[in-house]
Amino acid sequence: MKKLLASSILLIALSSTGLLAQSSGELHFCLRSEPKTLNPLLAADDASETIRYLTGGVLVRVNRLTQDLEPELASSWKVTNSGKTITFQVRDGLRFSDGTPFSADDVAFTMQQLMDPALHSPTGDAFRSSEGKVATEVLPKNRVRITFPAPIAGLDRLFDQVAIMSAKSPQKEMAVLGPYYVGENKAGSYLILKRNPNYWEKDPAGRPLPYIESVRLDIQQNRDIEMLRLTRGEIHFINSLDPEYFDKVVAQDPSMARDAGASLDSEEMWFNQVAASPLPSYKKVWFTSTNFRRAVSEAINREDLARIVFRGHARPAIGPVSPANKFWFNAKLQAHPFDQKSALQRLSQDGFHLQDNVLRDHDGHAVEFSVITNAGNKYRERMAAMIQQDLSGIGIKLNVVTLDFPSLIERITRTFDYEACLLGLVNDELDPNAQMTVWLSSADSHQWNPSQKTPATSWEAEIDKLMRAQASTLDPKKRKEDFDKVQEIAWQQEPFIYLINKNALSAVSPAVHNAHPVVLRPQVYWNIDQLSLTSEVARNR
Amino acid sequence: MKWARTTAIVFLLAVSAACLLANVIAPSSYAHQFREEPNASPSRQHLLGTDDLGRDRFSRLLYGTRVSLLLAPAAGLLTSLLAAFVGGIAGFAGGWVERCVMAGTDLFLSLPWLFLLITVRALLPLNVSPIVSVLITFAMLGCLGWAGAARIICADAGALAQSDFILLARASGSAGFRLLWRHLLPNLKPVLYAQFWISVPVFILTEANLGILGLGVAEPLPSWGSLLRELEGFSTASAQPWQLVPLILFILVVSSFHLVLTKEELPV
Repeated sequence: MKKLLASSILLIALSSTGLLAQSSGELHFCLRSEPKTLNPLLAADDASETIRYLTGGVLVRVNRLTQDLEPELASSWKVTNSGKTITFQVRDGLRFSDGTPFSADDVAFTMQQLMDPALHSPTGDAFRSSEGKVATEVLPKNRVRITFPAPIAGLDRLFDQVAIMSAKSPQKEMAVLGPYYVGENKAGSYLILKRNPNYWEKDPAGRPLPYIESVRLDIQQNRDIEMLRLTRGEIHFINSLDPEYFDKVVAQDPSMARDAGASLDSEEMWFNQVAASPLPSYKKVWFTSTNFRRAVSEAINREDLARIVFRGHARPAIGPVSPANKFWFNAKLQAHPFDQKSALQRLSQDGFHLQDNVLRDHDGHAVEFSVITNAGNKYRERMAAMIQQDLSGIGIKLNVVTLDFPSLIERITRTFDYEACLLGLVNDELDPNAQMTVWLSSADSHQWNPSQKTPATSWEAEIDKLMRAQASTLDPKKRKEDFDKVQEIAWQQEPFIYLINKNALSAVSPAVHNAHPVVLRPQVYWNIDQLSLTSEVARNR
Repeated sequence: MKWARTTAIVFLLAVSAACLLANVIAPSSYAHQFREEPNASPSRQHLLGTDDLGRDRFSRLLYGTRVSLLLAPAAGLLTSLLAAFVGGIAGFAGGWVERCVMAGTDLFLSLPWLFLLITVRALLPLNVSPIVSVLITFAMLGCLGWAGAARIICADAGALAQSDFILLARASGSAGFRLLWRHLLPNLKPVLYAQFWISVPVFILTEANLGILGLGVAEPLPSWGSLLRELEGFSTASAQPWQLVPLILFILVVSSFHLVLTKEELPV
């Protein structure tokens, strides 16, 4: 009897400290769509990437909090040969979720699959810097060397996205090295991820990770229902919230609302500077004028956009890189001020003048242009309406046109039949190499004037030079210097008028312990293996 | 039910008068953003509060009602005229003309309206003012909505063409356009009225649907579509019940149109 009593007291004590909660319970959250694939090498949509993050084991991982690269399945690595070669020292004694042993051979197999042109892996695209074969060599002592045909700047960080697959497991891609494996997949309804019993990582006390036994992912497109489920306690968190929903969470239970600050995502506007576009020549002159673009930028009240449209959950944008990108952001740059007098002065330098509150160019054309944005995005529509009023303050008439997305893409990428465009940029990558396709004048995504044979302006030529220079060196300091200059040129010339950086907003139930939402994706569950649930919740599940 | 029809007519007239006098009644411009007061509750200055951008909701309701209430009947009239022209000629002529025209009408009916509207809208020039944009939207609605009505009118015209009074008119020497204009069309009036009154609320609803999709009237001009878009989230509307006023007005106006329609449907 005494023994039973002692056991009971110990049980209660453990329970109250939350230790029993560890290694138990089921975490619930929603996916906005069904994952298109469970093959980690083919993941391209948000839902598939979520599954990859939760199940995939990677050689190195970008710590979403510190933004530093940390060892995972590889205990160490070295980039050599001017960025063409990377050698990983793979950890010994690890096993896949089905018990198959893990070795350097699996890394070689994964690279072979990843670079297979027949697979069309979106993750593999990041490694295809030039024509030529990727050579993978398994070395003694569980090491593997991968050599690319051309240098790849920031090569090691790219492996954060590469989930290692087993070369030998009969379960193929379903055998994983991450904290969870796919236990059940009810198409269109839910997925249940179960704790990987062979997961390699342990907590500082030597206890196996992850703490939570399983994760249930319900497929739920409707945000209202997702919110309702959160408030009812049916799900534990919402990973990415709109400002409107975030404020509702604040009103209902402030302890659940988490604002991690400015994210990498930005909203921006640009003018069509394509020489062959079907625009009147006088408008082409406006849009290619630096003074005109900077005047428009100065006439927009970014503080108001952040305060009113995003309810204070956004920051006025400074330039191409968000301050959330700790290493690459150029801290010397300041946000463009809202100054309509200065805007008019800039315009007068180019011969613009106000006549009966209408801005006219030196030939007498009234300044009027349209901005297109995608229909159905109320935040962009509201921003456009506010910009419309701001620009009327300097005599510019702005027409807001909302288009369905395919029509908008057709106009900005093929016909170039538009004047200005307002869109957002979702940015997951910290390294500027991910922006090569935006900044190189020859690139397709150089939105204001894509696919140029030779740079149309001297400043675009300078950006080309700097972007290529930073991509061809491994010295982080030199790369940073070059990319800082790119940011300065972009700030001065404003081919993109950066408007705001949205905050990373999420809602987390108090039942979830150790959740520290960050600005990088996945905001809430980046440390999934260290999350735990309160004992009460764990028992109920 | 005479009192209900009378009430509906009086209500529609009152609403029409209010929105026609919007310039006088509205406390501020529908476009002006009171940026220090976004999402404000009703007050003396803002009778229905302000919207997300701080625009006076009452002013926007008046101007939005004007847009929807004036242009929807105009589009309805256009639809009814097109339907009368196509359906009347097909029904009157009969034979292969009727078969060909009705085949074309069926083809038109099979087109997915919404996608067609979105496509046509995407092809329009970008630099048009909000007023022109809304005129184009309703003109498109008017041009696209005639097919269903044309089928009904064709059937009615076909039946009338076989009736005794048309036979008598023919016997007395009336033929061709004169027969159509003097004898057939006046007898199609009730069904044309009915089609007109049916199409008005349909167009209001279609514009509201387009507005909800973000493809309705361009900013900053309000319409019922853009006003109803504020109600996308039920929780928002329940927390701020005054946002329901455009919806209530919309329901009352559409219901009133149907009450008026009942009268017109009666045999002459």
